[in-house]
This record gives sequence, C-alpha cells and structure tokens, in this order.
Amino acid sequence: MIRCQVIQPHRLFLAIACWVAVAAVAQTDTRRSGFEFMRPDTQAMQRDDTLNPGMLWVRQGEKLWQQATASGAKSCAGCHADASSSMHGVAARYPAWDERTQGPLNLAQRINQCRQNHQQTQPWRLESQELLALESFVGYQSRGMPLAPQASTRLQPHLDNGQRLFQQRMGQLNLSCAQCHDQNAGRHLGGNVIPQAHPTGYPIYRLEWQAVGSLQRRLRNCMNGVRAEPYAMGARELVELELYLAVRARGMPVETPGIRP
Amino acid sequence: MSFTIIKVPATARRGEIIEVRATIAHPMETGFRPGDDGRVLPRDIIQHFSCHYNNELIFSAELFSALAANPLIAFHTIATETGTLRFQWVGDKGFRHSESVALQVT
Repeated sequence: MIRCQVIQPHRLFLAIACWVAVAAVAQTDTRRSGFEFMRPDTQAMQRDDTLNPGMLWVRQGEKLWQQATASGAKSCAGCHADASSSMHGVAARYPAWDERTQGPLNLAQRINQCRQNHQQTQPWRLESQELLALESFVGYQSRGMPLAPQASTRLQPHLDNGQRLFQQRMGQLNLSCAQCHDQNAGRHLGGNVIPQAHPTGYPIYRLEWQAVGSLQRRLRNCMNGVRAEPYAMGARELVELELYLAVRARGMPVETPGIRP
Repeated sequence: MSFTIIKVPATARRGEIIEVRATIAHPMETGFRPGDDGRVLPRDIIQHFSCHYNNELIFSAELFSALAANPLIAFHTIATETGTLRFQWVGDKGFRHSESVALQVT
C-alpha cells in the first residue's frame, strides 16, 4: 500500500521559511576559528589528544585540582568536587563580572581570587606554569561547548571599551586589531595567514612559544608586533579586550587546549 | 616530576604491529639562547630515551639541542606477549623520569 500524505500549504510554507532562515544564518556567519586557517598537519595535532602537547598542561592541572594547598586549605576538588560536572561550561562564560572588584575578571584571575579568598594562599604569578595548567584543565571541561559570555548591563561599559580598543590604532605602525583581523583576515602577513582572532582555544599551545600561553600573552604579543607599549599582564584593558573578543566569538565552540602555529 | 602522555593500545593480538607514542613535558633548553639578562641559559635537554618491553630494550634514542620542547617520540613494535612497556627519559641536571604501561596480548 502506498501511503500518501497531503502537506497542508501553511505547513509547507513554514518548513520553507525555516529552511531559508537556517540557510541564511549558515551563510551570513562568516566567522572561522583560527583552527581553520592552520595547515592540515597542525590541525591533526590539535584533533588527537595523544599528539596535542597542550594535554600535558591539562594533566598537570588535573593534579593541581586534587592537590591541597600548602596553607592546609581544601583543594579545588574539596569544594568544587568533580570538575567534569562542576566546571562544565564555566570557561565558556569568561570573562565574567566580579562583585569584589566591580569589574570583569578572566578565568586566570578568578582562579587566583579563589586561591586568595577561599584557600588563604598566595595567588600564582600570572602566566606561571601552575596557573596556565589549572586554567587549561578548567577550560578543557568546556571543550566543544559554545562560547557564552554573559550579557549584563554592568559589563556593557567594559565591553564597549574592549570594542573601542579593538578598533583603536596603536603603536609606531599605527594599526588597530580590526585592520588586520576584521579587514584583512585570511590574507597573508609575511608568511602567515591572518586569522579572524577568535579566542576559542585558549590557553593555547603555540608552536612558536613551544609552551602553553594565555590570551593576554597573545594580545601583548600583537601589541609588540605593532610597536605599541603593551598593557601590563592582568590589566583591566586586556580583560576588556578579552571580553569583547569573547562576545564577538559568541556561539563558537571551545577548543581548549588549542594548537596554533 | 614530569608529565607524560603515552599511547599504547590496551590489548593487541599476538604478532600485531602496534604504534607507541610517548610525549614528555620538558623545556629542552638548547644551551645557545640568551636569557632575559643577556647571559646564555645553561643547556637543559633530555639526552636519552629508552623503551623496554618486559625488560628487553626495544627502542632507544639520543636527543640533542635541535629538538623542540615537549618531545613526542613515536615508533612501532610487535606485540609478542602480555607484559609491561617501561619508558625512561634521562637528561641534564640529573633529570630522570620513567613510566610503565601494561599491554595485554591475546
């Protein structure tokens, strides 16, 4: 028996409308992760966890998560328990608003704040091996999840400032972030492809560094590149830039620990 | 204490060729680079890597300054019998690290 289904006209219209809408979104979203600008061998390195040296930092972070501090306070796991559930999606929401400092904080700063206020111990130096390891471990728990920075009126002025910094010319070369990463993304600067600057894989293992580094290290790198005086590590301006980049990449999947050339 | 990533299949058939991968966290400081103060940083590299399969040496390598940090070493071997693979890295400044991984041969 042949079953025949009559599609009602309004249903059909709805289906077509939905399809057109989905196709339009897929077409208008021209954002591409830095991953897609890499050579296939570098991509393979990121895809396979047994090839990805960033996983060494994740391993170390996993150990630090369990480890009690020298001050005798609880370990991270003592409060947050299993990171695979408690930290799931957390890194994707940073930078986030912080009541204590009345401003945005990135994940590394939040970890340090937790160390100071809840574990009563010394904060780690920004960009130290331990901090990057724990940040990588926490970031790894959000892998594959869409970046979802929180929208709030309190963060708005900082977001605006981040956007202003992104578009502001700086340094002796008098270039803004936007001139390369918005207007010339995909083209070459020297031998390198200019990516669109989406912070999806941080902390990243950068082949040039031969180590894992934070987004702030990368931003300072770029500022050095245009011969500008970079903001200090942990500066509010850098966090605001991070916030703007996170909002700009909203919805793109987290790749931590990413590999970049 | 160093961190490693080792990939060995948990089980293999007798006579099967298996791939072994071992990565270790190590700066592999070449001994040629100046530090922040302009002075040359002392060399700190892994000099020797070895892998024993049930106490029999199946792979070894000498490493030099030209290698990148966090070296990955991959090689193939034949699964002969159930046992352990013992990896050892030896380097400058008394660096020594070993790891063991079990392999089930059916």
